[in-house]
Amino acid sequence: MQPSEVEKMETVTISMKNVPALYLEADNVSPDAFAGKTSAQIADLHVYEGNTTGKLGNYFEVSGNAGATAADTKIVVKGDVKRVKYIGMKMSAGEIVVEGSTDQYVGAWMKGGKITVKGNVEAFAATAMRGGELIIEGNAGNYLGAAYRGDWRGMSKGTIHVMGNAGSDVGMYMTGGEIVIDGNVDVHVATHAEGGRIIVKGNAKSKVGGQMVDGNIFIFGTIDIMMPGYKYVDTVEQEVAGTKAKFAHFIGDMGERHKTKKGQVIYGNLYTRV
Amino acid sequence: MSEYIIKNGHVFDPVQGIKGDKADVAIKNGKIVKDSEVSKSAKVIDAKGKTVMAGAVEIHAHIAGPKVNLGRIYRPEDKLFTCTPTHGHERMGSGNSIPSTFKTGYEYARMGYTTAMEAAMPPLFSRHTHEEIRDTPIIDEGAFPVFGNNWFVMEYLKNREVENTAAYIAWLLRATKGYAVKVVNPGGTEAWHWGLNCLTVNDPVPYFDITPAEIIKGLIDANEYLGLPHSMHIHPNNLGNPGNYTTTLDTLKIAQGIKPKNKFGREQVLHLTHTQFHSYKGTNWGDFESGAKEVMDYINKNKNITVDTGNVTLDETTTMTADGPFEHHLTELNHLKWANVDVEVETAAGVVPYIYSPNISVCAIQWAIGLELALYAKDPMRCFITTDHPNAGPFTRYPRVIKWLMSQRARETQINAFKHKDKVLSQTGIGAIDRELTLYEIAAMTRAGPAKSLGLSSMCGGLAPGMDADVVVYNINPEKPFENPDQIEAAFSRAACVFKSGVEVVKDGEIVSSGNKRTLWVNAKVNDNPQVMRDITEKFLKYYSVTQANYESLGHSFVPNPYALEVDATQ
Amino acid sequence: MSKKITDVICPFCGTLCDDIEVLVSDDGKKILEVYNACVIGTEKFMHSGAKDRITRPRMRQADGSWKEVSYDEAADYAAQVLAKAKKPLMYGWSSTNCEAQSMGNEIAEVARACVDNTAAVCHGTTLIAVQDIGLPSCTLGEIKNRADRVIFWGCNPAHAHPRHMSRYSIFPRGFFTVKGQMSRKLVVVDPRVTDTARMADVHLQVAQGQDYELLCALRVALKKEWLPDTVAGVPKEKIYEVAEILKSGRFGIIFFGMGVTQSLGKNHNIDEAIALTKDLNEYTKYSIMPMRGHYNVTGSGEVLAWQFGFPYSVDLTRGFPRYNPGDSSSIDLLNRGEIDAAFVIGSDPGAHFPISAVKHLAHVPLVCVDPHITPTSGVSKLHVPVAFNGVETGGSCYRMDNVPIDGRKVVDAPEGMLSDEEFLVMVRDRLKKIKGVA
Repeated sequence: MQPSEVEKMETVTISMKNVPALYLEADNVSPDAFAGKTSAQIADLHVYEGNTTGKLGNYFEVSGNAGATAADTKIVVKGDVKRVKYIGMKMSAGEIVVEGSTDQYVGAWMKGGKITVKGNVEAFAATAMRGGELIIEGNAGNYLGAAYRGDWRGMSKGTIHVMGNAGSDVGMYMTGGEIVIDGNVDVHVATHAEGGRIIVKGNAKSKVGGQMVDGNIFIFGTIDIMMPGYKYVDTVEQEVAGTKAKFAHFIGDMGERHKTKKGQVIYGNLYTRV
Repeated sequence: MSEYIIKNGHVFDPVQGIKGDKADVAIKNGKIVKDSEVSKSAKVIDAKGKTVMAGAVEIHAHIAGPKVNLGRIYRPEDKLFTCTPTHGHERMGSGNSIPSTFKTGYEYARMGYTTAMEAAMPPLFSRHTHEEIRDTPIIDEGAFPVFGNNWFVMEYLKNREVENTAAYIAWLLRATKGYAVKVVNPGGTEAWHWGLNCLTVNDPVPYFDITPAEIIKGLIDANEYLGLPHSMHIHPNNLGNPGNYTTTLDTLKIAQGIKPKNKFGREQVLHLTHTQFHSYKGTNWGDFESGAKEVMDYINKNKNITVDTGNVTLDETTTMTADGPFEHHLTELNHLKWANVDVEVETAAGVVPYIYSPNISVCAIQWAIGLELALYAKDPMRCFITTDHPNAGPFTRYPRVIKWLMSQRARETQINAFKHKDKVLSQTGIGAIDRELTLYEIAAMTRAGPAKSLGLSSMCGGLAPGMDADVVVYNINPEKPFENPDQIEAAFSRAACVFKSGVEVVKDGEIVSSGNKRTLWVNAKVNDNPQVMRDITEKFLKYYSVTQANYESLGHSFVPNPYALEVDATQ
Repeated sequence: MSKKITDVICPFCGTLCDDIEVLVSDDGKKILEVYNACVIGTEKFMHSGAKDRITRPRMRQADGSWKEVSYDEAADYAAQVLAKAKKPLMYGWSSTNCEAQSMGNEIAEVARACVDNTAAVCHGTTLIAVQDIGLPSCTLGEIKNRADRVIFWGCNPAHAHPRHMSRYSIFPRGFFTVKGQMSRKLVVVDPRVTDTARMADVHLQVAQGQDYELLCALRVALKKEWLPDTVAGVPKEKIYEVAEILKSGRFGIIFFGMGVTQSLGKNHNIDEAIALTKDLNEYTKYSIMPMRGHYNVTGSGEVLAWQFGFPYSVDLTRGFPRYNPGDSSSIDLLNRGEIDAAFVIGSDPGAHFPISAVKHLAHVPLVCVDPHITPTSGVSKLHVPVAFNGVETGGSCYRMDNVPIDGRKVVDAPEGMLSDEEFLVMVRDRLKKIKGVA
């Protein structure tokens, strides 16, 4: 990419002016949906409140034109969007900054690009993430970076960074990518995971790494109740998310099936800081 | 009722031997009539430059019943982002490999299918199957109750009591509004209730001490004793395992020398289903190769057998079958979610998702085998096209399968796209086949053939006067060669118009009416058999978990529009 | 004079006993006696004859009192409510027949509503687990005929499914189980000493909230791997011992209930139990089955699935079906203030939902279709009593093992009362007219 192309990123600002009585489904608030459109055309995009279809412009003040492509498009979301769902859903490139807290499904099914939320998010953020970057400066709800119901193919690529706490069911059925949580996490971390990395700087409760086939979990804080399927192996020193520390290294889940590579069984790894 | 005349189309009708000649097809009061019998006010459908066939007949698909619904329930991901909204005459639609009942009816109709058979109905659950059939619009349907692992059948056939078996079959067909005698993994699925299986036709069933061969022979004999419209319909033992073609031939040999007996024009005594899964040579997945030639050689020589192909379509799909042990075996291979239901006294079922990836050599070889079977078939009236939906692929891929069968170029394109093309060419005979099926042969394989095999040749599968007015017009001009084989797929995917029982149901691929579908079932009369009635009463008292009265009382609300084929076996 | 009706299906719980016999008066209006049913089932039949039954719809007035209205007026109101709402919730369905459920689905599709059933507070988590890992299962007759290892995990059938053990799971003498209960070993897992636990050969008093850990430990024990000294309050020796008991059977079944579906872990508990069942199939034959509660919650799941593709928590608001409990599930919808109207039938969320959700129900236009006066009808704007399904009307229903049975009518409903299905047809027709749909 040429330096001049980097400067070609266009910013569209949408400001909530009409908080919905129910909730707004804003799957069209993504660089992919905005790309190539003027602010007037963007204001004409559909949003959904229950079974009614409205226009983005009825709920948001829209200013600025989008870039030619998703990669050239930045969206800034202002105002009270706590009742807005699906921001950044399925995006493949570009950037979104939400200047407050928002609701469910932020960046769900995203493939690329970057989303920053300067507040909290509710459940289902980054469902089945395939690439890109999601930064949540506040707390995340349940099912962060988890698979969609019934799908054994969960988050496979990309990075998620939560500066606050996260809820339950982080990284369920994860196969790749990385999730970093600066705060604490609720029950069920990396359940059924077959790859990927989850780092919790704070504390975990229980049911960490349940039914895990493969993958790596690092818990810097405490785990209230360890899964019995985790067997202590050794103590190691590792640099993780910018911190060098000593970790007790467990392998597991010993109740689950595991793959072999070149005659060696591959286990999941759980590291707890000592 | 309405009169229509479909004019100037190129008609392909194996029932009347019409091979693409321009002819008119006249419809009156739900039936096909002679052109001269419609008045001048008949609505004219212009089929100039188009192909006209009878409505297609699906002989084997899993589209209604408990394991189908278990598949739907446990695969929300099968519906993600692909649901269709309510519009016009259509209810909401959902499901790729396991469509909802509404979508099932619409998608079959859009392709020109007007009759479909649910391949395996566990008798205890027949109510459920019929509720789903009721909610499947447009297409006539029937359902095959399963008999090959049934306690009554095994106990009678151990003692070679064919007449008792026949009496039981007649009773069960009536109690469940069933259509035919279906056999799945005979004996092996009862063994599965203990975690075991029968992999050859001679493996005895635990406790019941009868072999699959005895079950198969006995059920063929009972079927012919009754003179049912369809023959015994079998999914043999050892499905899906390399080297299983020998089990298949052993199964087929049981039918040797047996003559069909019926008043429905049926000429076979055994129908072998999803033959692709049963045509494997080799000893393991490494040396896995096609046994299609061996199997089709036998089929071609033995005219009292019909088969359907079970073509692999290279999709992510869901396997579901009454071959319970096979599904357990599959989940051990691919570690995907496994559902299983063992049914007391009767049968079992299993469900496991499967991805037929073009990058996996085994899947590519399976794809080739399915096509080889149809391309080696000498008599297209005895070899029918299916995908064993959804096991080898969704039924919505039939147009694609037809494309591959009609165009060597299309096959080559697919072969070149395989990651392990060399293995496909070395392990199967697909590379050497240049045969391209004609529209007439396709009509035989998808209409006239299956209808005849099912004993429905007087009703459907053809365009002779007196038959049901199930008529389809496709946007294919037989006089213009295809520039691109994808046009074949496009044309068969979206019929120009479809009539079901004389009602226009599809127009330019859009559903314009839900029609008035019927449930086909077989009512066989036998002589009074107090022994069998006593045995039935005893088993309900001791071994079933429902009462006999509740099992038998199939209220007609579940079968709102029944059509019974009457059979008199009381000679 | 009286007549006896046999082969009656009890419309109370998921055991769906179909051997009930009911003695009714000759004029077909009064139930005199009920035979074979448990105490709960008997009461279900008998209480339909209560003298203080309300028999006509009633509308809440501004001053809080009730005024009787006709079924026509009631259907008008219900259709208006559904037509005006942006996101209505049609909830319940578990105590009605499949014909009514199907009509309800049709209404929900026209209204573009959310449809949900009582699995939302019960075995919805089981359904989530089944979607994640599958379900090796069987019909109840298989248990009767073959099972020699029976596990009740987090359920108390002695109280909640009273005839389950005598009809299917412990006492019957089946084809391969001629010694009845003597053919079987019973393991009960429950923090409490229940009446069911008192019958057990082994009672594991699992620490509350740690069923997931104990299930994991059993899977580890099967593989003969290392275990910590205690898991979930159970010593490891006991865990290895129980693993051997399970393994040594020739046909095992795990029944489970709210003790694991609605305690910490929820769907994960069931997921791990299903995984354990799958593991046991490497050694012998095992199945697992949820103890469904309402007599036809299973039916609602089946009908929703074949018509829309999902078994509960179905969102039709965008014009096509969507599903994701946590988003499309009733309690979440209510707690988050996502719905603006509600139609409740064949269930009592007023009694069973968290109070935060009930508060929302009370503040939206709520239609309650129920023969009883309940906490739900107590906060509704319109209360429509209907005939008792399975007593005064027949209709299709599905047992806990998904076996379909045709319910029977034994007596007439009180004069002038409609059935669920009849009322729903009226609502549908009016709704279609309002929406201008054919």
